Amino acid sequence: MDDFLAARLQMAFSLGFHIVFACIGMVMPFFMSVAHFYWLKTKKVVYKDVTKAWSKGVAIFFATGAVSGTVLSFELGLLWPTFMEHAGPIFGMPFSLEGTAFFIEAIALGFYLYGWDKLNKWFHWFTGVVVGISGLLSGILVVAANAWMNSPAGFDFVDGKYINIDPIKAMFNEAWFSQALHMSVAAFVSTGFAVAGVHAVMILRGKNVLFHSKAFKIAAVFGTVAACLQPISGDISAKDVAHRQPAKLAAMEAHFHTERNAPLIIGGIPDTANKKVDYAIKIPGLLSFMTTGDFNGEVKGLDVIPKEDHPPVAVTHYAFQVMVGLGVAMVLIALLYFLALYKKKQWLKSRWLLKLFVIATPMGFIALEAGWTVTEVGRQPWIINGVMRTSDAVTPMPGIAYSFYLFTAVYISLAIIVSLLLYRQITMVGKLYDSTSKLPKN
Amino acid sequence: MIYVVIVFLWTSILLYILLGGADFGAGIIELFTSKGNRSKTRKTMYDAIGPIWEANHMWLIIAIVILFVGFPKIYTTVSIYLHIPLVCMLLGIIARGTAFVFRNYDAVKDDMQKLYTPIFVYSSLITPFFLGIIAASSVSGQIDVQAKDFLSAYVFSWLNWFSVSVGIFTVSICGFLATIFIIGQAANDDDRNFFVRKARRTIYTVMFCGALVFVAAYQENIPLANWIFGDTLGLIAIIAASISLVIMFFLLQRKKPRFLRVLAGFQVTMILFAATYSHFPDIVLLKNGTNLSLLIHQGQAKAIDTLGYALLIGSIFILPALVYLIYIFQQKKKLPETQ
Repeated sequence: MDDFLAARLQMAFSLGFHIVFACIGMVMPFFMSVAHFYWLKTKKVVYKDVTKAWSKGVAIFFATGAVSGTVLSFELGLLWPTFMEHAGPIFGMPFSLEGTAFFIEAIALGFYLYGWDKLNKWFHWFTGVVVGISGLLSGILVVAANAWMNSPAGFDFVDGKYINIDPIKAMFNEAWFSQALHMSVAAFVSTGFAVAGVHAVMILRGKNVLFHSKAFKIAAVFGTVAACLQPISGDISAKDVAHRQPAKLAAMEAHFHTERNAPLIIGGIPDTANKKVDYAIKIPGLLSFMTTGDFNGEVKGLDVIPKEDHPPVAVTHYAFQVMVGLGVAMVLIALLYFLALYKKKQWLKSRWLLKLFVIATPMGFIALEAGWTVTEVGRQPWIINGVMRTSDAVTPMPGIAYSFYLFTAVYISLAIIVSLLLYRQITMVGKLYDSTSKLPKN
Repeated sequence: MIYVVIVFLWTSILLYILLGGADFGAGIIELFTSKGNRSKTRKTMYDAIGPIWEANHMWLIIAIVILFVGFPKIYTTVSIYLHIPLVCMLLGIIARGTAFVFRNYDAVKDDMQKLYTPIFVYSSLITPFFLGIIAASSVSGQIDVQAKDFLSAYVFSWLNWFSVSVGIFTVSICGFLATIFIIGQAANDDDRNFFVRKARRTIYTVMFCGALVFVAAYQENIPLANWIFGDTLGLIAIIAASISLVIMFFLLQRKKPRFLRVLAGFQVTMILFAATYSHFPDIVLLKNGTNLSLLIHQGQAKAIDTLGYALLIGSIFILPALVYLIYIFQQKKKLPETQ
C-alpha cells in the first residue's frame, strides 16, 4: 500500500469512527435532558431511571468521541502537514471556538454526571442542557471548518502564497450553513433512530417495558421529526453543491454530460469508460429542477471538468444513493409513526411498528457515513477545493501503512469494546436503573 | 496580541502538565502501589479526579489548536519529524481515556476489569513518557530537516538520552503531583500516613530523575545547565522551586494538604518556566542551528488577532465554570480533614 493511500484510509477510518461517537455524544444529552425534565416535572421515577441510564451512555460516548477527536487534531498534522501549514491559520477560527465549546461541554458533563444530589436540581438539569447545546455547537463549528475545504474563502491565493487571511470570512464560507444544517439534522436522525431501535428490541423482548417505552418515545420523536426535516436541508445542500462544486454534484449523480432538462438518476451502475449509467431509473428534468428550480435548467456534467479533476464517480454515486435511499426509508417510517401517534393509536401497541424501528436501528448511521463519503470523496482530488491537491498535502514520512494498520486495529477494538459495554448497560437495565420493575407486585 | 496567544499557549501546556499530570500520576501510582493498597488508592483517586477528568484533557487540545492556527510552521515541523513519538502518545491517550471510562462505567464489574486496569495504568505511564520525549526533542536540536534517510529524519530526532531522560522525568513529575494531590483526599489518618510515605518516596524519585536529565544533557552536548543557571530568572525559578521542595518535605506530615498542593503546583510551574524561558522565543531547535521562533514563525497578523480574541472570549466562559467545578467537588472532601 502506498503512503498516500494509507494516509487517506487512516484519515477516513479516524473520521468515520469519530463521527459516529461525536454524533451520539452531541445528541443523546438532549434525550437525557428531556427525560430529566419529565422527571422533575412529573416525579415519575421511571424518567429518572431513563435519565440515569442514558447519562452512562453519554459518558461512554463522550469519552470515546473526545479521545478520537484529540487524535484527529493531531492526525491533521501527522498526515497532512502541507495542508495544515497553509490552511491552519485560515480555517483555524472555528477550531479555536470549537475548543471553547468542547471545553464547556466537558465541564458541564463533570457537573452533570457527578452532580446528582449535590447541586440544585434545576441547575443540575441545566448543566445537562448545556452539555447538549455546547456539543451541538462544537459539531457545527467543526463542520464549518470542513465546509471551508469545500468552499475555500477568506484568503487570496497568489503565486502559490496564501495572503490577506481573514479567518472570520473563512469561517462563514458559502458552504458552512448548508453543511452544518445537514450534518446536525443527520446527527439527530441517526442517533434518534439508533436509540429508539435499541429500546424497541427490549420492548419486543418484553423486558422492563415501561422503562423502555418511555425511552423509546423520546428518542423516536427526535429521530422521526428530524428525519422529516432532513429532505429540506438535503435540498438546500444539493442546490448549494450544484452551484459551488459542479464536479461533486456530477459525481453524486453520475451525470457525465452537460445538459438541459437533466434527468434525476436513481440507482444504476456508472460506466466511467463509456460515460453512461446502466440499469438506472431516470426521471426526466428532475435533476435540473432540483438544482436550478427550472425543469429546463442547465446542469454541468463531468465533461466540462478536466479529466484530472474528476472525483471518483462510482464511490460518490453509490454513497449518495445509499444516503438518499436510507433517508427516504426513514421518512416513511417517521410518517407511519406520526399517523400512529395522532390517528391510529392501536398501531402504537403493534409489534410491526416496533419491528420497523428495529430494522431502522443502523440506517441513520449508515446514511451518515455515506453522506460523509459523498462530501469527502466527492471533493477529490482536492483537499482544498480548487486550490490544493490532496496528493500535495501528504506527509513526507514513509511507512504510513503501518500507522494505518495500527490505528485501524485500535479503532476496531474500541468499537468492539464500546458495543460490548452498551450491550451490558442495556441488559442490566432491570438491575441497575429500572426501579419501577422492582416494586412489589400486589 | 501575539503575547496574549503565547501566554495562552504556555498556560495551557502548564495546566495540562499540572491537571493532566495529576491525572496521569493517578495511573502511575496505581502501578507502583502494592496489591493490598491498590484499591484504596484507586478509589481515592477516582473520587478526586472523576469530575474534572474530561476537562483536564482539553488543555492539550487548546495547545494544539493554538499551535496550528498561530504557528503553523512549528506545528507541521513537529508533526513531521516527531511523528513516531506523537503516534505513541496518541495511542496512550486513546487507551487511557477510554479505559478509565470503561472501568468506571461498565455496568458489570467482572473479568473485563482485568483488561481495563492494566490498559489504564500502563497507558498512564506511556503517555507522559512520550509527552516528555516530544517536549525534550523539540529543544534538543536533533531535528534534522535536511536528513535524507529514515533513521536520521524520523527516529534519531527523538531517540536520544536527553529526550528519554526528560520522558522519565515527566513521568516522575506526574507521579509526584498525584501523590501530593491524593494526601488531601485521604479518608482517615491511616490512609493519610500511607500517602505521605508515598509522597516522600516520589520526591526522592523526582530529584533523582531531575539529576538524570542533567547528566543526559551533558552527554548529548545540550546546554541545559547554561539555559537554567546562566539566566538570572531561570536561576531564581530553580532556586525557588528547590527551597519550596525542602519546605514541602518538612510540611508533609502537617495537616495542610491544600498548602502542599499549592507548593507542588508552584514547583512544576517553576521548572517549566526555567526550562522554557531561557531559549524563548525559540520553541523548536533544529540540528542545522536554525531555530523556529514563536515570534518569527507566527501566522499572519489577522490570524493571530482573531485567535487571541477567540481565546480571551473562550476563557471568560471556561475559567469561572472550571473553577466552580473544582470548588464544588472539593467541598465534601475537605470535611474529614478538619476533624
